[in-house]
Amino acid sequence: MVTLAIARSVAATVTDPELPMLTLADLGVLREVSESDGTVVVTITPTYTGCPAMDTMRDDLVHTLQDAGYDDVEVRTVLHPPWSSDWITAEGKRKLAEAGISPPGAAPRNDGPIPLTLGAPMHVVRCPRCGAAETEELSRFSATACKSLRRCRVCAEPFEHVKEI
Amino acid sequence: MSFDNAYEAVSEANDEARWAFGTGFEDPLSGVDTSLPSGVDGDDLAAYCLMLGDDALIMSHRLQQWCTRAPELEDEVALANIGLDLLGQARLLLTRAAKAEGSGRSEDSLASFRDEHEFRNVRLAELSTHDTADFAGVIAQLLVFSTWRLALLQRLTDSRDPVLAAIAAKGVKEVTYHRDYAAQWTVRLGDGTDYSHQRMQSALDDLWPYVGELFESHSVVERLPDIAVEPSELRVEFDDVLTQVCSAATLTVPDAPARAGVSGRTGRDGVHTEAMGYLLSEMQSVARAHPEATW
Ligand SMILES: [Zn+2]
Repeated sequence: MVTLAIARSVAATVTDPELPMLTLADLGVLREVSESDGTVVVTITPTYTGCPAMDTMRDDLVHTLQDAGYDDVEVRTVLHPPWSSDWITAEGKRKLAEAGISPPGAAPRNDGPIPLTLGAPMHVVRCPRCGAAETEELSRFSATACKSLRRCRVCAEPFEHVKEI
Repeated sequence: MSFDNAYEAVSEANDEARWAFGTGFEDPLSGVDTSLPSGVDGDDLAAYCLMLGDDALIMSHRLQQWCTRAPELEDEVALANIGLDLLGQARLLLTRAAKAEGSGRSEDSLASFRDEHEFRNVRLAELSTHDTADFAGVIAQLLVFSTWRLALLQRLTDSRDPVLAAIAAKGVKEVTYHRDYAAQWTVRLGDGTDYSHQRMQSALDDLWPYVGELFESHSVVERLPDIAVEPSELRVEFDDVLTQVCSAATLTVPDAPARAGVSGRTGRDGVHTEAMGYLLSEMQSVARAHPEATW
């Protein structure tokens, strides 16, 4: 008999390979932990379809649960509903900011055709170091798909920002 | 440990420390219910997934070829990121195709062991810009490709195939960023210096003959009425976005006639441009030289 609550709390300690300050639960990637005939079934969802860290996440979940005494572990992928940066928990956003990465604002929602953005994003992104609101986007893409690259005009430091999707 | 060649060293499928990733991934649809929707022919669904998957795979490869050639580090990173997103979409779509046809093929065998006439991507995706380092060329290609693909994926989220609908919903979020990136560069170049304006305009003019093909219907699409998206439905939105971008960029939307295929057959039927053979020979070279390797 699998003690589900414990299995859940064990799975919730596994961290993201690319944002190691966050657990998969903080990131909203860990969707469900359930049990099926004595097997712990963990369901995760990719942040981006090309995310090369999915295999590492699967391995880390299996190993962490096996180390905690759960021999039979299965990791499943779910694509729907698609991951949104809104799923990063308040705790996750706090940890990001603490690590010098500015957390995402609210993700855009669209019914009709998706509007084109020809200028800089309208929402204010504060510098995670000095808190200034005067920051600019250097590139919408950075070392990982989920982050953009920005610079603070006050303290002049560059920083990463988790994109709103 | 010694190896006969460099690829063997990275071919340990279960080596947790492996540092190169090219094949041997886990099934990206593991745990997803991939049964066929009722009344759908598996071969038709597979053919449709191949079309959309090959578009992403080939465009991704073209973007990857820009690594070390982009004008700024930020754009190097941007093009690589966009290429990675499209590669992820290609993996899901090729895996869906392989499962739907039920032939035992995989995303790897579909990507690396099909010949040119078996690829179903639109010809626009295979056009080469890296060899002449024509940055306006890749921006024009990406603008047209992502504007068209975003309109397509957004409609595909209503597909009766839940797997295609889910892949599309993830893709919409990603391609929104791709389109913005290309549109912003189009404006920067078009509304820049006389020289950058002229380069951006000729880049659009050069690829325009391949735009008509994006909106042509196909017998496979017609056989999948509530699964696939009818390409002609995308033209109004596409024209609208292109007009918006070109007007902000002081550019003219080209009006060149479509480049005919061979007896009416184009990329969707496996008839490609001269550039495609060179692309595939590079993209498939490692997998074909070491067919047993997992790397
Ligand atoms: Zn600052």
